This record gives sequence, C-alpha cells and structure tokens, in this order.
Amino acid sequence: MTKTGAKKILEIKNVKQYFGSPSNPIKAVDDISFDVYEGETLGLVGESGCGKSTTGRSIIRLYDITGGEIIFDGENVHGKKSKSDLKKFNRQMQMIFQDPYASLNPRMTAGEIIGEAFDIHGLYKDKKERRAKIQELLEAVGLNKEHANRYAHEFSGGQRQRIGIARALSLDPKFIIADEPISALDVSIQAQVVNLLKELQKERGLTYLFIAHDLSMVKYISDRIAVMYRGKIMEIGKADDIYNHPVHPYTKSLLSAIPLPDPMSEKRRQRIQYKHTEVDESASYHEVGDQHYVYGTADLVKTWVANR
Amino acid sequence: MTQQQIEKDKFKIVGGNHEATDKLADKSVSFWKEVFLRFSHNKMAVIGIIILVIVILMAIFAPMFSQYKSSDQLGVYNAPPSAQFWFGTDDLGRDIFVRIWEGARISLFIGIAAAIIDLIIGVIWGSISGLSGGRVDNIMMRIADVLTAVPYLLVVIVLLVVMQPGLFPMIVALSITGWITMARIVRGEVLSIKNQEYVLAARTLGASTSHLIIKHLVPNALGAILVTMTLTIPSAIFTESFLSYLGLGVPAPTASWGTMASEGNKAIANAPWRLIFPAVFISLTIFAFNAVGDGLRDALDPKLRK
Amino acid sequence: MSKTILEVKDLKINFKTYAGLVHAVRGVNFDLKEGETLAIVGESGSGKSVTSNALMKLIPQPPGIYESGQILFNGRDLIPLTDKEMTKVRGNEIAMIFQDPMTSLNPTMKVGRQITEVILQHKKVSKADAKKRAIELLTQVGIPFPEKRYKQYPHEFSGGMRQRVVIAIALAADPKLLIADEPTTALDVTIQAQILELMKEIQKSSKTSIIFITHDLGVVANVADRVAVMYAGQIVEYGTVNDIFYNPKHPYTWGLLGSMPDLDNDTDELLRTIPGSPPDLTNPPKGDAFAARNEFAMAIDYEQEPPMFQISDTHFAKTWLLHPDAPKIPLPDAVAKRIEGFLAKEAEFND
Repeated sequence: MTKTGAKKILEIKNVKQYFGSPSNPIKAVDDISFDVYEGETLGLVGESGCGKSTTGRSIIRLYDITGGEIIFDGENVHGKKSKSDLKKFNRQMQMIFQDPYASLNPRMTAGEIIGEAFDIHGLYKDKKERRAKIQELLEAVGLNKEHANRYAHEFSGGQRQRIGIARALSLDPKFIIADEPISALDVSIQAQVVNLLKELQKERGLTYLFIAHDLSMVKYISDRIAVMYRGKIMEIGKADDIYNHPVHPYTKSLLSAIPLPDPMSEKRRQRIQYKHTEVDESASYHEVGDQHYVYGTADLVKTWVANR
Repeated sequence: MTQQQIEKDKFKIVGGNHEATDKLADKSVSFWKEVFLRFSHNKMAVIGIIILVIVILMAIFAPMFSQYKSSDQLGVYNAPPSAQFWFGTDDLGRDIFVRIWEGARISLFIGIAAAIIDLIIGVIWGSISGLSGGRVDNIMMRIADVLTAVPYLLVVIVLLVVMQPGLFPMIVALSITGWITMARIVRGEVLSIKNQEYVLAARTLGASTSHLIIKHLVPNALGAILVTMTLTIPSAIFTESFLSYLGLGVPAPTASWGTMASEGNKAIANAPWRLIFPAVFISLTIFAFNAVGDGLRDALDPKLRK
Repeated sequence: MSKTILEVKDLKINFKTYAGLVHAVRGVNFDLKEGETLAIVGESGSGKSVTSNALMKLIPQPPGIYESGQILFNGRDLIPLTDKEMTKVRGNEIAMIFQDPMTSLNPTMKVGRQITEVILQHKKVSKADAKKRAIELLTQVGIPFPEKRYKQYPHEFSGGMRQRVVIAIALAADPKLLIADEPTTALDVTIQAQILELMKEIQKSSKTSIIFITHDLGVVANVADRVAVMYAGQIVEYGTVNDIFYNPKHPYTWGLLGSMPDLDNDTDELLRTIPGSPPDLTNPPKGDAFAARNEFAMAIDYEQEPPMFQISDTHFAKTWLLHPDAPKIPLPDAVAKRIEGFLAKEAEFND
C-alpha cells in the first residue's frame, strides 16, 4: 500500500494487541498494517471498541504490542531500547488526549504542564529561556502568556485542550497522534481546535494520526482515512474516495448513519445496516483504486466493487 | 410594544471583541486554596480545628506554666474541683489539671506517632502494590488481608505482655495493623491515578517512574492520605484508652488520658471527676479529629467543585 | 390543528454560588404541540439543560431559584406545585431520559423491575399486567427476546441497548411529554441512528411530544420539527427546522452552521469558527450577549438587548440585525454555499 515518491514516517506492520488470557484473548488490535507519510494527516475512524485508541497508544509505547512491528522513521519502536533511545522517540512523536478534564494534572499550572517535558529532558534549564519558551507555546495555541500561572481547572474545555496541544508541541515533535482530541468539546470549540491543528501542521510541517469517531471532522482534516472495525482495518484510502466511493459495506453503513444539517435529506434518508460476517483466512487487502484498499476475500471484494 | 427611536448610527457595524471573552476570572485560585475555602465554610470542621488547637496549645504550654508539677504530691487527697485545683486532685494528692495536660502530651504523642508509622508503612506498601500491579500487587494485598484476619486484640495483648507495657510497645501495638487501612487507601488512589490521562501524558513525554510518583501520584493522592491520617489519630487514641483499661497502658508515673481514666474508674463513687475529666477530653479530642477529617474529606470531594 | 401541550413563558432561573448569582436562564419562551419534536440546541453554558431540568422541577432549590415565569403544562403552571404534587407529574405525564445510560439505570435492580416500578407507581394495575406491559415496551423499543431480557441486569446490556431500556422506562406510564437530554451524545454514530429512528417511530405511534436537547446540528436536522437555538440563557432563534437550516437569521446560528465542515464542497479553507468563549452568567453582559463574539455586532448590540423580531409566522430571531435600520447582512459564504448545495440536491431528487 505504497504511495510512490513520498517518505514514510511511520510503518505499522501486522501489529497485534491481544489482552487477557493467551488461550482466549481479547483481540483489541488484530493484525493491522498501514503507513503514514510525512506531512500528511491520516484519519483513523471507527466506533467504540474497534481498537483505534489502542492502536494509537501502542504506537506511542503506552502499551507493549503482542506481535508485529512499528517502525518510526526507519527505527523499530518496540523491543529492547536504551533510555536515550526512548527519549529520542519521545522528542519525535507525541500525543494529544481526549478528555480535556482528565488530561491535565489538577495540581499543576498551565506553565508547569507545558514545561514538564523540559524538566524530564533537561532542556531550557535557564529560567528566563524556559519562561520565554513556555510563553511562545502558549501563544502558538492561542492563549495568553498570563495564563501560565493559572491552574488547569480555571480554564474552559477548549482552552484546556489547547494546553494539551501546547504540551504535545513542547518537545518539537515531527509526528503527533491526536486521540479523539475534539470529541469532548462543543461544536464551535471543535472548529476552533481543528483550525488550530491545521495551522500548526502548516507552520511546523507536522504529520498527524487523527483518531476519531466523528467521520465528518475526520474527512475534513484528513488526507487519507483508515476505517477500523473489531480490531481490523476494513478500508483505507484517500479521504474523498472513502467518503464518496466507499467499497466496504461497513464503511457504507457508517457513512449512512452520519446525520447532516440538511432536514429535507434527513427526512428521507435510508440508513444502510451492516451485518458482520466473519471472513476466512484467505482474506487480505485488495486494491480497488489509487491508494484505495479494502479488506476481504477476493470474491466478496468483487461483489462490493460491483455494488459501488 | 412601544418602538423607541434608536439613532441610526447605532446600527453601524463595529464588530466583536472576543479577546475579552477569553479572560479568566480575576483571582487565581489554587487547588489547596479552594479546599481551604470549602473547609472553612464547614461549621463542624472549624469547631473541630479550634478544639484541636486549644488542646494542643494547652498540652504544650499548660504544664510549663503550671504552678504544680504533675508528680507533686500536695497533701490534698481526692479533692473536688476548686479555685485552687481546677480539676481537683487524685488519691496521691496530685493536681489533676496539670496531669490532664501532661496526659494530653502522651495521648497525642501516641496517637500521632502511631498515625505517622501507619502513614510511612502504608504509603510505601500501597504505592508499590498499586504501581506494580499484577502478581506483586496480588501478593502484597493478600498479605494485608491475612493480617486483617488475625484477631487484633489477641495479637496486641500478646505483644504487650511479651514486651512489657510502655510507651514504645504501645505505639508498636497500635501500628501493627493500622497501616493496612492506609495501604489500601493509597493503593486505591494510585490505581485510579495511574490510568488518568494526565499520567499517560507524562509517560508519553518520557517521565521516569520516580517523576510520576513525585509530580503526579503523591500530590493527587495527598488529599486521601491526609484524610486517612486525620481519622487514624482518634482511632489510635481510643484504642490506647481501651488498652489502658485492660491494664496494658503506659506504666506509672507517666500517665496518658487512658491510664488516668482507668485509674479514675476505680474511684468513680467518691471522686468521679477523676474519670470525668480524662473521659471528656478523650471524647472531645476524638470528636474534633473526626470533624476535621470529615470536613477535609468533604472539602476535597471533586464533585462539589462547580 | 393539534393542541399545545406546553407553554413556557418568560422563564428565568438563577443559581446561588460561591462566585455569585448565576443567571442561567434569562427569559425563555417557547411552546410545544401534541406529537411534535422541539429541539433545543446550544453549547455548554447556554442554559439548555437547566431549562429542560426546570420543566420537571428537577432543579434543586437551593441553590436554584425559579426567579419568574410560568411553565404551563396542559394549561397548569408547574412552578407553584409542591414536590409531592410533582411526583404525580413526573413519569406519569412528563418523563425524561438522560445522556449516560449507565448511570440512568440502577445496577442492582433487574431491568424488568425498573420498568414495572414506574407503571405500578402511576397506574392502578396488577403486577401481572404491569409485567405484560413491560415486556410489550421492551419489544416496542426493539430489544430482542424481551421475556429473557426482562430478568437481566443493566450490565448485561450494551450501551445502545441500555439506552433503549431507558426509553422503555420513560414510556412506561404513557407520558404526554418526553424530554430527552442529549440521549445519543455518548453513543456510537450507528447506534445513535438506531435510537433516533426508534424515537421517531414511538412518536408516530403514541403521539408523544418530544423535547430533544442536543448540541449536534445533524441530529437536530434528523429529528426536529421545530428548533430553539439557545445562547447565554436565552433563545436567540426559533422556528421550524427548515427555517433554521435553510434560512438562518441569527449570527450565532450562522456560526454554528459554519463550524460544521462542508463535506460536499471540498475546500482547504479553515472552518468558520465563532471566536472567543461564552459569557460569564454571573455578570451577563449588557445588551446582546453574543455581541463580543459577533463580527457583525453594531453599537446598539453593546447597549440594549434586542427584542425577538418576527421573520414569518413560524420564524423568530433575537438580533438587532433584523431591525429595519440595520444593514442587510447576507449569509456568510460557506453557509450559503452549503445551503445552496442542499437545496439543489433536493430539487434534483424531486425531478
């Protein structure tokens, strides 16, 4: 599933994340493979329990994976790593979390939260430099430098999420995993945060893995989209193709369930239901368009493409 | 509805001023300041603090400035409270007032020392257990469970008989199973905190385990730890009094409230004040600590935050 | 002409807090007819949840204060009623479903009993009849094997199934009005679609009126007959669902519509957001509460609160931009383009 010419910043190869007893494991992530190219935004969508958050957290090493390889910038992320190797990964890939209320330590000020990484990595030891850097980060996310001394609970949800973004930027990473960063926010605040993420991407040349369940926002911000269901990627392709020419029946059912702000069309909308059938081992990824792949057996994929 | 005349130029577009809406409240309130404010609105808790402050100050200063020493035998036996002897005298002619405050020192010392030992062992045990998870956690908690199952009184009595009653043995006896409550509380806090997103965020930033403990786990578990400590002290004071009644209290001439009450119990017919005063102070102090502990717990309750 | 079952007149609700008096609801007026769905849209701090809780007198007093206004349910004002009198209304005539199905259900009580409890509280029927009715309700809300499920506990149901149970409980005593406070916000999009379909079916068959509170405009377009847009404790635009989505007149409504990405017209432009944050209701701003965030604000907006201007029989908006002396501001581009696209699609469909 390669795009010619572009550089891969992240390669996920046959990653498995199984929990529970080895004889009857819960397959949270069940053999997924995809690549993320430098500078793009890959959206990872699916409903609760599909494994998208687990995938994100496995990439950033919050969990150890059960099988497969995660290769970041040519280097294997998992396996035996020295402390300095691990610190190197920290400085190149970071994460933005979902819950603006739980992702900030209630006992710390905004400045302390943003500057925590500096303490951990021994950066900006000079007080003045450190303060200046924290101010720069606050302003980069649309907050004031006066906010540095305020405690997390004094901020609104949207402002807290901005602090979380500033924290993720503090080590100047190349790659950011955004794990449902807007799900807990009001509609107009979601738009503010999404705009901010887009601007930051342009300014800093960031690559994003955008994990979410809201397909509309994902489609808006992503270049490519991967659709997950029960631990597997069902379909992956360019955002427009996924949205306008979906092939996998699950993708179609997901799209048909999104309510649009169009009352007349909503009144006559016919939702497509999805009935899941287990596919056998012969299932694999089949190319159905430019950079567009679907998971299934050869026969099934043929019928799906015909019904496109 | 009457249409008032509005000047036409009021309808010129001037635009918004949204920067002003992003301003935070004027005063920055830290977490502990908020806790303090909520605590100070709780009448019972404030009364509790006042009582404790008075008792502690008296315990420190009263014996220093008293005209009588606690061991002075003044020749007036079993005298009721009077202008000269505010709390009366005992059967050896000693001033009960100064003895109460000397006793306060002992009882408070025992209570606080036991609580501190519980704190140290409990926090270490609970955080290692909670942070490790898996088998280590399992084993450590099963050990705690087994210790809880052992009949406490039996263990304590055997211990005190073997070690001979005294200040140090009393403290050991009180802490021997007291740490388990603290350990369980700390483990619970650690378990819930370590999965919070802000701890995960710190891990993704590259934080070491000690950084996580110092910067994230301890400050956020502090509230629960403080409440538990505040509630352990009265429990220790009470148990000490109880053990004194069994004759296992600190030996004379040192006197705790418990031993004084135990002695006073024997003279209940003719000199009831010898029981009443220590009993009243035990009850008052226990009540005060409980009120403060409850007040602290309520003040720390995140649900009460707006 | 269907009859009006609910009229809310100039409702004002305050809260006493450490920080001062919060004016959560500042003069709300709306009505609801039999069998229709009114959506109340707003973001955090708009007062929508306070309003809906107020309808059932669920606001704790203190710190809540019913400052003024009337809640006329079938002609009867609910505000002066005592708590005891309200218990006959709650469940029986007005029922409510909340956002989180996990905390709405008693985890230690079998699901069937949670339904029959409501029935037996309000109707004089035998236990056997109540059980029969409960199983009917479980079937009606689309739970398969209802006799078996009747005896199960909430944790044995998935999130979507639990929300169906919550709906069954709400309908148990045949209420005339169902208030749904963000019932699908915590659910996956496919489950949300199922629950919305279910609610519409129920409304058709039982003629229940529904007040649907949400911040998701897509959901509003799907379920609502009429819409009230709330901001800073007031209704700023009010009309039929077509009025609001195809002919919005209040700049806040424009902002909400603009905040949603337009998926048909592919553009790389940034979303049209509403800058800033909602106002602090302990000190509601003078004039139009939305002024500070409104790029089209006028001098008058900072001085006087606008009245409700009438746009049509069904459509009202509370903005000075509708005053005859105000400049005619066209719909912002992004919003206009999308509406055009929708109307074109509809025209195509009708051909």
